[in-house]
Amino acid sequence: MRGHLILRVVSKLLIPFLLLFALYVQFHGDFGPGGGFQAGVIVAAAFVLYALIFGLREMQRIIPPAALEVAVPLGVLIYAGVGVLTWFLGGNFLDYGMLDSHDPSHGQHLGILLVEAGVLLTVASTMLLIFYTFAGRGR
Amino acid sequence: MEGLNELAFVLGGVNHWITVFLIMAGLYIIVSRSNMIKKLVGLSIFQTSVYLLYVSPGKIIGGTAPIISDDFAVYSNPLPHVLILTAIVVGVATLALGLALVVRINEAYGSIEEDEVYSDGDWN
Amino acid sequence: MEFLINLVLLLFLSAVTVAIIGVRNLFAVVVLGGAYSFLMATLLIAMDAVDVGMTEAAVGAGVSTVLLLSALHLTKTDEAPARHSNVLPIALSVLTGLVLVYGTWDLPRYGDSDTPMNTHVGAEYLERSIPETTVPNVVTSVLASYRGYDTLGETAVIFTAGIGVLMLLKGRRRREDEKEEDRS
Repeated sequence: MRGHLILRVVSKLLIPFLLLFALYVQFHGDFGPGGGFQAGVIVAAAFVLYALIFGLREMQRIIPPAALEVAVPLGVLIYAGVGVLTWFLGGNFLDYGMLDSHDPSHGQHLGILLVEAGVLLTVASTMLLIFYTFAGRGR
Repeated sequence: MEGLNELAFVLGGVNHWITVFLIMAGLYIIVSRSNMIKKLVGLSIFQTSVYLLYVSPGKIIGGTAPIISDDFAVYSNPLPHVLILTAIVVGVATLALGLALVVRINEAYGSIEEDEVYSDGDWN
Repeated sequence: MEFLINLVLLLFLSAVTVAIIGVRNLFAVVVLGGAYSFLMATLLIAMDAVDVGMTEAAVGAGVSTVLLLSALHLTKTDEAPARHSNVLPIALSVLTGLVLVYGTWDLPRYGDSDTPMNTHVGAEYLERSIPETTVPNVVTSVLASYRGYDTLGETAVIFTAGIGVLMLLKGRRRREDEKEEDRS
């Protein structure tokens, strides 16, 4: 898409703020609306916008499909790994209170943060990977 | 007073009835249309009607979003929100799977109309 | 006022749904689907489900629209005219609708606070979230902490769907002429 100057300039301006907003939604999820699912979808939408304007090949140069294929299971592993970690710390599966020995509520915050990071990784990379597969099929 | 009660009854039920209408519309599209992408859109409408079915009984008039703050005392029910939040993302994942199947069917049979796929099938 | 906003949004939603049923061009259907999702997101926010509204706006109007459009790009954009009569589907959906409307008679009215659903589990979460987890957004604390098992399952479902799409579409596309060569 060489000709679309306005689209290219506007999307270049927008994408950093989209990603920033996604990070805000992710890390402010404890205190306001948001969390891993929403942030993941927003991240994926930002990259899809980039791929729509600048082409799939440019996008795949930045994030290769092989990296996404690693990121999809990695998110699930982080999530389940937090559960296994709390087992080893003497709690139940996904019992975040164990993560901080001094103050269980800090452990809760830490656990939610880690788990949401896993959700973000899986959701964002799955959505982007699905888009890659559909868009790459057309040629 | 009698009339006011009836009005409140009707207004209080509108959410349920529109939900039922969306379910009917989704079901109608799925059953009547042979185009598979249209069927998937119908399935999405069916699915979103279920979001409505879950979230609307959790709303409390005069309440606010379930984010605890000193300024508010009444909050809507958070549990349906949690259930539907995950359902939306799983919904788009299953939609993508359905679309992938449609694309493969189109490559194999050259059509996304169910009738034509059936009549072109090897089993006929 | 809350009733009124709700009513207007619900009527818009039904109008868009009727349009989706009637339109035969699939591009128009997909775009109407995006409008439907935005209306649904607004409605969810009006019903205090801010997290859900945000997700629906990003997923329904953003990602699903892109996916549907890319699927349309790979297939066909017009729906063939109907071959069968519509009598049976209409009868089926009307029958289902009547049964469901009959079921709504026993449901609590919209906005009631003293229903079993709003007085037991939901209220319990609202009371316990701050003392037990110190997370003000109850949706997040229930999603990630109290119902962490559920969310782990959902994440696994998304993972599985991603794998499924990859298995179906990753391989090389077989063209019609290659198939002919295989047969000969």
